[in-house]
Amino acid sequence: MSYLCQLENFEYSCCRDYESAYKHVGKPYIRKDAVEKVTGQATYAFDMELPGMLHAKTLHSPYARARIVSIDTSKARALYGVKACLCGKDANTKVGLYMQDKMVFASGETRYQGEVVAAVAATTEAIAERAISLIEVEYEVLEPVINVDQALEAKTLVHPDINTIQHTVGVFFPQPDTNIASLNTSRRGSLVKGFDEADLIVENEFSLPAVAHVPLETHVAIVEADPYTDKIRIWSSAQSPFALRQMMAAAFDVKESDIEVHIPYVGGAFGGKAGIHLEPLVTLLSRAAGGVPVKLRMTREQEFNYMPTRAGMRGRIKSGVTKDGKITATEIVYDWDSGAYADYGVNVGKTAVYGGLGPYDIENASIVSNTIYTNKVFSTAYRGFGHLETLWTVERQTDILSQKLGIDPYEFRMMNMLKPGSKTISEEVITESSGSPCDCLSAVVKEIGWTGRKTQEEREKEWKTGKVRGKGFAMIQKAPAMPANTATSVIMQMVGDGHVNIMMGAVDYGQGALTALAQIAAQELDIPFDMVKVIPQTNTETNPYDWNTVASKLTFMAGNAVIQASRRMVDQLKDVAARALRCSPDVLGHADGYIYKKHMPEIRIAYKDMALGYAYPDGMGIGGPIISHGVCMADGLTNLDPETGKGLPALAWTFGAHAVEIELDVETGNIDVLKVASAFDIGQVINERMVYSQVIGGVMQGIGSAILEGYKFSDNNVLLNPSFTDNKIPTMKDMPFEVVPIYIENPQLNGPYGARGIAEHTMISVPSAIGNALYEATGINFYRLPLTPENVMLGILSGEKDCR
Amino acid sequence: MTVAELKNDGKACAMDTAHVSSSRDLRVVIDLIVNGERVIEEVEPNMLLLHFLRDKLKLFGAKESCGEGECGACTVLMNGYAVTSCLVLAVEANGAEILTVEGLSKGNELSILQQEFIFQDALQCGFCTPGMLMSARGLLDKNPNPTDEEIREAMAGNLCRCTGYLQIFDAVKRAAEREREEREE
Repeated sequence: MSYLCQLENFEYSCCRDYESAYKHVGKPYIRKDAVEKVTGQATYAFDMELPGMLHAKTLHSPYARARIVSIDTSKARALYGVKACLCGKDANTKVGLYMQDKMVFASGETRYQGEVVAAVAATTEAIAERAISLIEVEYEVLEPVINVDQALEAKTLVHPDINTIQHTVGVFFPQPDTNIASLNTSRRGSLVKGFDEADLIVENEFSLPAVAHVPLETHVAIVEADPYTDKIRIWSSAQSPFALRQMMAAAFDVKESDIEVHIPYVGGAFGGKAGIHLEPLVTLLSRAAGGVPVKLRMTREQEFNYMPTRAGMRGRIKSGVTKDGKITATEIVYDWDSGAYADYGVNVGKTAVYGGLGPYDIENASIVSNTIYTNKVFSTAYRGFGHLETLWTVERQTDILSQKLGIDPYEFRMMNMLKPGSKTISEEVITESSGSPCDCLSAVVKEIGWTGRKTQEEREKEWKTGKVRGKGFAMIQKAPAMPANTATSVIMQMVGDGHVNIMMGAVDYGQGALTALAQIAAQELDIPFDMVKVIPQTNTETNPYDWNTVASKLTFMAGNAVIQASRRMVDQLKDVAARALRCSPDVLGHADGYIYKKHMPEIRIAYKDMALGYAYPDGMGIGGPIISHGVCMADGLTNLDPETGKGLPALAWTFGAHAVEIELDVETGNIDVLKVASAFDIGQVINERMVYSQVIGGVMQGIGSAILEGYKFSDNNVLLNPSFTDNKIPTMKDMPFEVVPIYIENPQLNGPYGARGIAEHTMISVPSAIGNALYEATGINFYRLPLTPENVMLGILSGEKDCR
Repeated sequence: MTVAELKNDGKACAMDTAHVSSSRDLRVVIDLIVNGERVIEEVEPNMLLLHFLRDKLKLFGAKESCGEGECGACTVLMNGYAVTSCLVLAVEANGAEILTVEGLSKGNELSILQQEFIFQDALQCGFCTPGMLMSARGLLDKNPNPTDEEIREAMAGNLCRCTGYLQIFDAVKRAAEREREEREE
């Protein structure tokens, strides 16, 4: 352990100066899981082997929409080593998160290229692979619904049974006889009045393609379905063990307590591993193979083709503004190209009606959000949960409005920004405790050195040099998208030597919760950080409940739960100490691992002497093992009114802003990101190093969405780029030259030490800021992502000032 | 059912067992050094070095993330060069010296490079980390004084979705400095 202590005192170059007011909270402690991860010791579901384990492989539809005429699995079944072979006719298990619209295997009709048609479990991966190649499927190819326009015509229905699909009633609204999986709306004030008051009305359309999450560990599941009972044991790369347990119980009509979910280390998730994915299929294979464990892992190609994505989106926005810069009305229609199944996609669509207006106080506004079925790979949650997409629409539009008005984009935003007393579109009142988007924007604009827009002459002069530079900025806003009754919990146990183990129900897949929560416990208990351990592996049999590891809510909610559990632990210790010292617990304090008498601090008992029960000198014992628990329930949230979207959806908003400076090569269309300044009102830094890493990682993922990434489909919706060769993500060469994170700390009253969530936020609006900077550099407005060299050059060569 | 009955069972007779004998007939013995220890093993000729390390030697540090040499998660050192072990056959490693992430520490003390990955917070989920470390090791062994551009170039074949790379870059750069200092002492 000696080198770990040494690590604590080591200099590191990446963070800015940050002084914390607390002993542990705010300190840049190193990651709890770091040593295991730099030595190859960390075990992922991908690495796991169980005795007697079989290996599974899957067969996927090559067509976006086809009728399955016949499947012949006889040759596959006859292969030596094959233990199970299943297809649609063997399984009628339906799964779904909010809408029960998905079969485990395509049955009757395939709805996207990549959908699983059949699967095999065999003694080795090679045999399973070979068996898959022996399955003969006859398809009748059908005309697919290729995009949202075709889908909205509703000539062909992706789900002909849409009128009867079971769904969460009152939250999602499938439209009869259409391809609209859910239509959600919100409105505030009167659009007629707002547009009447406007001096200028501007309408635009913005869009972006589907994007892959790309966790480095592809999806993996191992399932052992006990043949003698209903027990199903799962080891998975899933990010939300308890949500998985609940959905598995529903899918297989067994008790929740029959489902056991074990989550080892997870190799990245980003929302793509929320929900239920491979587990039902592997359960069916395990059952068919007599209950032995079966492992299925996706190849990278399958991960692109078969596993869900971030939805493509089209945002149509109409804004009314007065000459002096007040936004009087905003009307937005978001159309989500959500693919073949609803999954989390409908919830992303729902979130857009309260999070999709930007952090602005607009008295007359309306948002319509259509989550639309198409014959494409389906969409799910992805870091930002719709906000990167909606803010691509809103923050590009805001920039264009300021161009048309001739008002500085910084001034224009500040004029319309949410401030204490303003209302959101849900008519939630913003207070001092909500955080300040204005503080964030001011900070990044200052850091990037914004001095106002370039003139056209300046742009033309710079153009002749072959490289043009531009600065741009954009706002960020996001609250956790969660049910009104979301809960989490932790259990804390004291070990005999006074160390504390914390069990949580959520998963740390790299975000740093193991470390941040340990700091909060160390702070509350006043013991060294090294004496607190958060158990990294989550297991639904022993760990306490957590709703989902999503929505940037873990440090916020589990942090509050740890505070509660810690205070209860101190109360227990004081209770034992009061008896041992024959005094009232009221006269006792706690510090430095001891309970002491406040007025006589030298009279004290160490935590460790009470951890398992206190023993008097004669050996007689009192107390007992110190164990406490803490919970956090989302407080005061409500469902939204189905028509107006009124209600309280947001546990806590995190506001922020990015400012970027880019350099464009006018010959190649290549964009280099020179500098990014990112400010977030996070209330309180819990661990400076982890926050820094969230910012750098999120900014980079945002750059990917901005200038690199996107699914490309053929005319019949076959994915053309299912590999890293053609579907690139950023590498170290795409890294910006400088990233400056800025932490604003206006405390959130219900957050742990005032903290707010900060994870997804760092990615949101990076594309918007780059798009705005690209206008500054070129005088051209771009409306579609990604801003690849190809797309930028096509725009430049078109000679147009608006590249739609 | 007895073995005789099983053999006479129609299904069993029709079983395609060609792949069983073909892979059993062709085996090659390879003799190599892995993390400083000699290893002699029998492998199928089409076995990948990555699968040899993971499945045969149970060294699970090297990961498979793309299987096509595009992501770098399976990077190991082969005779001092960083290679993506998913593109190398185990038989090609016959006679070679292989170093994996499990061989990076010195006894029970982390190497400077591993320490710097921790100090600079150059990891989050950790899945790309073994490959990142091995690419960096390969670079620093061949070029102890890399320029910023040389670090970017050497590490560009390793994908990471969590960190955003800056911390990895800082870790490699700082490790190079500390290793230089250590050599000079």
